[in-house]
Amino acid sequence: MNSERSDPGPYAIVIGLEVHVQLKTASKLFCGCSTQFGAEPNTQTCPVCLGLPGSLPVMNRRAFELALRTAVALQCQIPEYTKWDRKNYFYPDLPKGYQISQFDLPMSHSGWLEIADPKGEFPVRSIRIRRAHLEEDAGKSLHDEASGKADSRIDLNRTGTPLLEIVSEPDLRSPREARAYLNELKLLLEYLEVSDCNMQEGSLRVDANINLHLADAAGGMVATPIVEVKNMNSFRAVERALAYEAERQFAAWRETGRTIAEVPKSTRGWDDQRQATFAQRQKEESSDYRYFPDPDLVPVTVSVSAVDAVRAALGELPAATRQRLESAYRLNAYDADVIVNQGRQFIAYFEQVAQRCGDGKLASNWVTQEVLRILNSAGGTIDRFPISADGLGELIEGVRGGQVPSSRSKELFGAMFSEGLSLAAALRKLGIQALDAGALEQLCRQLLTENPRIVADVKSGKAQAAGALVGLAKKKNANVNPAEVREICARLIAEMP
Amino acid sequence: MALEREDVRRIAELARLELSSDELATLTSELIQIVDYVQQLRSIKTEGVVPLAHALDLANVFRDDCLAPGLPREAALSNAPKHDGAYFLVPAVLGE
Amino acid sequence: MMGLTFWFRRFSENNAVAGLARLDAIQLQQMLRTGQISSLELVDALLEQYAAWEPRVGAFLNFRADQARDQARELDRRRSAGADLGLLAGLPVSVKDILCTVDYPTTCGSRMLRDYHSPFDATVVARIRDAGGIVFGKTNLDEFAMGSSTENSALAVTRNPWNTEHVPGGSSGGGAASVSAGICPLAIGTDTGGSIRQPAAFCGISGLKPTYGRVSRYGLVAFASSLDQAGPMARSVPELALLLEAIAGHDPRDATSAPNEVPSYSHTIAEPLRGLRIGIVPDHFDAGLDAEVDAAVREALGAFRARGATVREIELPASRQAIATYYVIAPCEASSNLARYDGVHFGHRSTERDRTDESPLARLYCRSRAEGLGAEVKRRIMLGTYALSSGYYEAYYLQAMRVRRLIRDELLAAFQSVDVIVGPTTPAPAYRLGEKANDPLSMYLEDLYTVSANLAGIPALSVPCGLSRSGLPIGLQIQAAPFAEELLLRAGAMYQQVTDWHQRRPAA
Ligand SMILES: [Mg+2]
Ligand SMILES: [Zn+2]
Repeated sequence: MNSERSDPGPYAIVIGLEVHVQLKTASKLFCGCSTQFGAEPNTQTCPVCLGLPGSLPVMNRRAFELALRTAVALQCQIPEYTKWDRKNYFYPDLPKGYQISQFDLPMSHSGWLEIADPKGEFPVRSIRIRRAHLEEDAGKSLHDEASGKADSRIDLNRTGTPLLEIVSEPDLRSPREARAYLNELKLLLEYLEVSDCNMQEGSLRVDANINLHLADAAGGMVATPIVEVKNMNSFRAVERALAYEAERQFAAWRETGRTIAEVPKSTRGWDDQRQATFAQRQKEESSDYRYFPDPDLVPVTVSVSAVDAVRAALGELPAATRQRLESAYRLNAYDADVIVNQGRQFIAYFEQVAQRCGDGKLASNWVTQEVLRILNSAGGTIDRFPISADGLGELIEGVRGGQVPSSRSKELFGAMFSEGLSLAAALRKLGIQALDAGALEQLCRQLLTENPRIVADVKSGKAQAAGALVGLAKKKNANVNPAEVREICARLIAEMP
Repeated sequence: MALEREDVRRIAELARLELSSDELATLTSELIQIVDYVQQLRSIKTEGVVPLAHALDLANVFRDDCLAPGLPREAALSNAPKHDGAYFLVPAVLGE
Repeated sequence: MMGLTFWFRRFSENNAVAGLARLDAIQLQQMLRTGQISSLELVDALLEQYAAWEPRVGAFLNFRADQARDQARELDRRRSAGADLGLLAGLPVSVKDILCTVDYPTTCGSRMLRDYHSPFDATVVARIRDAGGIVFGKTNLDEFAMGSSTENSALAVTRNPWNTEHVPGGSSGGGAASVSAGICPLAIGTDTGGSIRQPAAFCGISGLKPTYGRVSRYGLVAFASSLDQAGPMARSVPELALLLEAIAGHDPRDATSAPNEVPSYSHTIAEPLRGLRIGIVPDHFDAGLDAEVDAAVREALGAFRARGATVREIELPASRQAIATYYVIAPCEASSNLARYDGVHFGHRSTERDRTDESPLARLYCRSRAEGLGAEVKRRIMLGTYALSSGYYEAYYLQAMRVRRLIRDELLAAFQSVDVIVGPTTPAPAYRLGEKANDPLSMYLEDLYTVSANLAGIPALSVPCGLSRSGLPIGLQIQAAPFAEELLLRAGAMYQQVTDWHQRRPAA
């Protein structure tokens, strides 16, 4: 299955994504239990999240604030009145027999997120956000895969963790766009510091709805049945699952001709091992959730001025940062994108390097190549990078000013990184002595005195003869800058009578 | 909109209630009677009336994001019909 | 404090420990405070009453004499050490078995929760303990508070102390019977559609459903969350004031609990009310009303007039839809609130196994609920599930919520021109056990006069106002505006100053 395919084929792919992100709160949405991942089963529960008789939920203020911050950053409309509803269904990981969620009056709706492909494979697109609402998570069921007969085990530690469900309109037109949307959304959520977005720990989960629009024999448009794809545990898996599913749906349509009008929405899981989707059994009556307002909770009202205050406090968001880096540091779109995609701390690092060395382009080359290479291979984060932004800025500045031989700059970078040295210490360590202008001129005069033949050759018009001087200068001092040697010698020869 | 035995069977399924055929018959006639009575609501003019979910005019009730002691695991599991000391146990959920 | 001096004089004439069960909570408290009796002596006297009455009335689902005596001893010890024991110091309070307690099972009168032990105390229970009260057993109720006769309890039968062939009313029937029989002076009931007031009326005691949000619902096992409210039951209104003061107030664990200050109800209770403006609703006196109840209520109105009250008629047309509205909203909420009883995390699990079953989990749900829940509970779950299901939500639930607003607005408007609304609590005195058991709709119509207060969230009181020729009590309902409990209780106390229906006792 080729997910890199750029040819759209004889159909248009229509994708909408439902993303659940766990909000970064200390306690759960309706009780004081910890949201920490990885605890021993059933050690982070209380009467409220166990759904014990008589317990009542009380909303976590911070969860609402984080949800609001995200919704505003997604350019959503924030209604002045929002409420919580019960979604009723039976499942062993749902101890109350209903999930507290939002139905007809979600806390936000009608926003958008802009996605772009720096490689230019698709144009800049604005993906509409249908709604983003706050709800509680369910627990975890562990099933005995082998026999299927043993009891399932239920862990309710996760029950009641705050989730923001972000639903896009079906605006995505390719698996690649879907992945770009997820990348951009994740970047935004990390920028906003509202979620860890860790797919392995389940703090970001993606369900995708996909179908195809194609031309039928009569030249009209038909659509294939909508499929909801689940169980994708990375963005790469989402892209592959959607690419697989698009081709599967096309093949199925060619074979059966069945359309959206004939087949209800179905659910398929993604099997990462087999790289294929498979049909999942439907939960019975899944369509009749009997939503109604939760009488245990009261509504929340949000004033226009409160939304304005949230907006004002958002700070610069990724799209704006990209533009600013491009104009303030003269970066191209690709480099700006690479930097911004690394997150806020990396951007701050880059900016400090650029300001220290006075050259945005050079700073960008260093951070996106040298620094990122190390971070990617060693798996560290920028806040723990051994070379401070000032240190790297100083190095680049030295190279620009000629005080540091550019031929040895990578060596110096290596020493600063692996041994945590300052630039000065690294220079000493490598025996690199920056020569001041006077000393260099002295060295050159000595060279010319010792090599009258070369001087004569140059004077007689053989300019390339001066090349030999550079080699001789290096023998005297390894730290000389060849260009400077060439330039000084040329001047001195010209000055000779 | 008469309620039929089949509707009652479907509702029982939604509500996860196993009903004997006797219960089904009795419930069908009782529900028909009660639903017939509450039908009177439909004749009340309520255009423009905002539904009232709470008798109390409260909004924006929050708690701070603070940890509070929960239950020790033994207590959390103590009322469970079946557990293994770490997990609640239920018959296998097939196909999930 | 004129009232207290008056009572003080009365009990001084009676300094025998025997007969303690005939005294009210305020008299008992005074004797405890002055050291005339100890808490243990009081508990022991009440245990004799328990022994005499409980076999006949069956008020309790769980009762632990030792536990009550231990708590009494502890209170006596603390009292003698000079501790301030609080508002209820040494007073026994029976608790409806739908409020969570750590020291008793919390069964809700259901097979589903027969062995359920809550790991926490309901806020109401915690406040009783904090105020020095003694939790005096858990009382019987209609299963999950669904019913008006306590006949729907899956675990026990409770009888009316005035005539054991008759129901005590419900759903707080056990609590009403416990007070009526003199087993304890105070009881906590809950009221979703009349479940404090109707059994109070049937058993000849006083009972108050507070304003919605006045008393915390944390630990009150939910039947219909937007209607449920716990409240006090006792023989007289001043005792209700005392118990309400102890349990009322904001609770951060209940998002629907009101932040309003709690007045000192017990201090203002005896202040006279001048020029009380009473509203009566002609609908309450139509053909459906029993003639003896009608006469008793009219006589009570006369007593109010004699104390300077004025009486005028008010029309409440939307309230004619109250029963229909209630029997949509309450079952809808119940169907969701009771979904948690599925045999997975707590409660009854069916042991029936069918290994060939395609979905053993679905079967476990359906069987456990079928075995664990009773007929009335199933009926309401079915009704609510139906009314919320797709295609019916707007016609039933949404429409009911709109009519609910009309009912509330109409009542709030009425309280612009009257202070209280007075009428019968029930259409007739207590009926015979089994008389209505097979006719759910007629049982629902029993709540005719009481459900509006729950829908509107207003406080409502029932006080005894007569006895039928066959010797069964009759109740008078008084309703007031939201958070007007102080006025409501003073109106009730004023009535009891000039009548003695609340002092009548069932024959031993
Ligand atoms: Mg969701
Ligand atoms: Zn919890």
